[in-house]
Amino acid sequence: MCLAIPVKLTSIEGNIGWVEIGGIKRKVSLVLLPDAQVGDYILIHAGFAISKVEEKEAQELFDLLNI
Amino acid sequence: MKYISEFREQRLTERIAKRIVDIAKRIDREVKLMQVCGTHGMAILRYGIVDLLPPNVKIISGPGCPVCVTPDNYIDKAIAYIRQGFLITTFGDMVRVPGSESTLLQEKSKGGKVKVVYSTMEALNLARSLPEERVIFLGIGFETTAPTIAASISMAKEEGINNYMILSGHKLIPPAMRALVEDEEIAIDGFICPGHVSVITGSRVYEFIARDYHVPCVVTGFEPVDILLGISFLLLQIQKNEARVENEYGRVVSSDGNLIAKSIMNKVFIPGPSEWRGMGVIENSGLVIRKEYSAYDVETRYPVEVTSPKVDRGCRCGDVLRGLIEPPDCPLFNDPCNPSHPVGPCMVSVEGTCNIYYRFWSGRVNRKIKISGKTD
Repeated sequence: MCLAIPVKLTSIEGNIGWVEIGGIKRKVSLVLLPDAQVGDYILIHAGFAISKVEEKEAQELFDLLNI
Repeated sequence: MKYISEFREQRLTERIAKRIVDIAKRIDREVKLMQVCGTHGMAILRYGIVDLLPPNVKIISGPGCPVCVTPDNYIDKAIAYIRQGFLITTFGDMVRVPGSESTLLQEKSKGGKVKVVYSTMEALNLARSLPEERVIFLGIGFETTAPTIAASISMAKEEGINNYMILSGHKLIPPAMRALVEDEEIAIDGFICPGHVSVITGSRVYEFIARDYHVPCVVTGFEPVDILLGISFLLLQIQKNEARVENEYGRVVSSDGNLIAKSIMNKVFIPGPSEWRGMGVIENSGLVIRKEYSAYDVETRYPVEVTSPKVDRGCRCGDVLRGLIEPPDCPLFNDPCNPSHPVGPCMVSVEGTCNIYYRFWSGRVNRKIKISGKTD
């Protein structure tokens, strides 16, 4: 039900987005994440995009860990 | 950054694990941290995170699997609708969960209309293309799933699709966490909060646990670095006798969550009492469809009465869901209860503690090694 892996949004048609998971193209609803842009990494749950993955926040965490 | 390999880096995980051991040395008692998300439970066993933890740090599993906490009565209702000719659509996990006398799969084999779908959009498409059918979607899930169901109801209303309905069995995690933290038998020292529930709710929703019960909370992701960091944050708080909500998963979880998802959820649902397997009825822990959308609530439109006799299967799923026992403590674990022949729901769902334990830990079960690291 829940894909914990971020996937890249490859195209958008209205409130439908397309992502590629393991070489398979999948349709996701963007109703709950209308400001998603092509190229964004997003989290998907039960066919709906629910969150963007923020690179800045991820980077800050690594900075904190001194890498 | 692809957000995967970076968070699985071995040297980094070793460094954090060492930090955990150092902090734990300064805590002179056993510490119980509860996770309330099946995906966390799986990651913790799959990546061998428990092997990196010192003996006084114990991870226990809570009610983090929506299918598992759904009581027999809900399945019995779904079966009653199947027998009345309704077409049931559902996520795949539900079809093998035993009700008091049958499963959805058994009903399907007898000719019942049951269809597994990947999302509510698929269920709604089915209703749209089969206007002669009365289509029910089984609304099971926590805050992560509820907005996707609310969105489908809202769309059905806008489009005037009136053969699409929901059997609402949604549950909310924070009220269950309150019930768990108030349960002295469990005695939780810290919560690893569910990552994707938090995407919707925001990390702030757990503040009452830190404030009112002095129990630290951390929101973490699902990769080894995330989980280990989360555990280290909790241990540091415990060592310093502090209690607050920390967010390690800032790349997807904000303090207020997904406002659009929360608003659509509030538009369609209102909190109400809900029965959890093993935990009884918890106030305001369920979601009821609002009056304005009652045409999409199958229980309002076509009420059914089912009497669910209490079935004693010898299964200790209820105790597993409260973190009181680990799966091998159940007399049925492995034989006769296993993923091919599940007796209880915790063995059915891939998010269920028993199923996870069976898949990632069964090699150790023969040696009686438990997640806590202790040997019987």
